[in-house]
Parts: sequence; C-alpha cells; structure tokens
Amino acid sequence: MISTLKSPDPAPSSSNTASTVSLHLQYFAVFREQAGKSDETIDTRANTPTLLYAELQRRYGFKLIGAQLKVAVNNTFCDWHQLLKSGDRVTFIPPVAGG
Amino acid sequence: MNSSFRFSDTAIDSRALQAGLNHPTAGGFVAFEGWVRNHNEGRPVLRLEYEAFTDLAIVEGQKIVDEALQKFSIADAACVHRVGLLEIGDMAVWIGVAAAHRGAAFDACRFIIDEVKQRVPIWKKEHYVGGDSGWINCEAPLLSRQPSEYSDG
Repeated sequence: MISTLKSPDPAPSSSNTASTVSLHLQYFAVFREQAGKSDETIDTRANTPTLLYAELQRRYGFKLIGAQLKVAVNNTFCDWHQLLKSGDRVTFIPPVAGG
Repeated sequence: MNSSFRFSDTAIDSRALQAGLNHPTAGGFVAFEGWVRNHNEGRPVLRLEYEAFTDLAIVEGQKIVDEALQKFSIADAACVHRVGLLEIGDMAVWIGVAAAHRGAAFDACRFIIDEVKQRVPIWKKEHYVGGDSGWINCEAPLLSRQPSEYSDG
C-alpha cells in the first residue's frame, strides 16, 4: 500500500522536500519477535509516532493497532502527535502484562 | 527510606526485602507476592518469561511507589519484579509496605500492584504444554477499532 502522508508541520529549517529524520528504534516482546531484532536506526520521513508506527506496520506486519499501544520517545511516555527529530529514541509499547 | 522499584534476574529474597522496610514508626507490614501459576484462561502453563523496557519501567515503577507514599499514610514501600524465565511456583513480583496502621498498609499495597500491572512496561510470555507460547494481551488485534487517532499516553 502506497500512500502520500501529509506531514503535520513542515520541517522549519529545511528546504529539502524529502527531509528525513534518523531515529533509533527499540523493539520489545512481540515486536522484537516480529521485527527479528531488538533495535535499529532508520532514516524515515515519518516524523510523528503515528506516521512511524504505520510505516513499521507495513515493514514488519505488526498486527497490534495504535490504539492498543503506548509510545515512548527518549524513554518518556509521549503523545502520538509529537514531532520527532533526528537522534530521538522511539519505542512502541505493546499491551503490558507485569505483576 | 527505600521507596524503590527495581528488577531482579535472580530469585527474589523476600526476607531481606522485608527487613529493609523495617521502620520504627511502623506498626504494620503488608506484603504481596505474585507467583507463577500453572494455568491461565483455561490453558495449562509450563513456564513464563518476563521482559521489561528497563529504563522506562524503573522510572514508572518508582513513580508508582512515590505516589503510594503521597496518597497513603505509610512509612515506606518497595517493589521488586523479576525478569527472565520463571518456573511454576517462582515469585514474579514482591511488594512490601510498612505503615503505622494496617489499613493504609493494605491499601497502599493494593494500589502498587494494581498500578504496576497497568502502567509499567513489562511483558509476559506464557509457554504452554504442546510447545507453543504467546505474549499475554498481545496476540489478537482489536478487530472492532479502526486505526484513526491513537490515544495519548
């Protein structure tokens, strides 16, 4: 599925229409198994968790939907619309089951 | 004061943890132990694995213990959660609360385990008789919900 995703805000300092961010991704539990890795660094135009998760679903076939997840950026829970910047560490958090 | 949340990849020493919460103002002590049982939702379970996003889990777990200290009149509290492979009967989590009076100790202990189960990024994989396994709560998507605006936080 190819879709044109409208970026929520233009990158303020970039005149490059194909601007990407370099993100460090961490995978746990079911995501780690489905991605086949615990972490990776990617370059992507997906600059919010919402856009990024959609891209990862396409890439790895993650079956959980966003509404079931939380997201953390730089080890802090955050908003799905938060603008991501290069160097950010992003972790999608599957339904927890501690205790 | 301990007020701590931490992980352990070896067996939890509950006696040492209890001793660590001994407080001269405390007239009561309540502990909760979560044990690995041999069944879940009608399926026989052989063993469990726990995995954690440690950096965030420690921060969130510590917040929960701090919240318990704020909300309830308790002297001290601590929680230790296992990670790794656990066998039936192993202790998966230990929570202890010391308080002047038993009511607050019971209430705070209940609060901590309930919040840990809801908020801390820890995942559990069950291994079943027959060889298959599954991550709890993670196997089936919510078919009734469309991926539109995802909830925050």
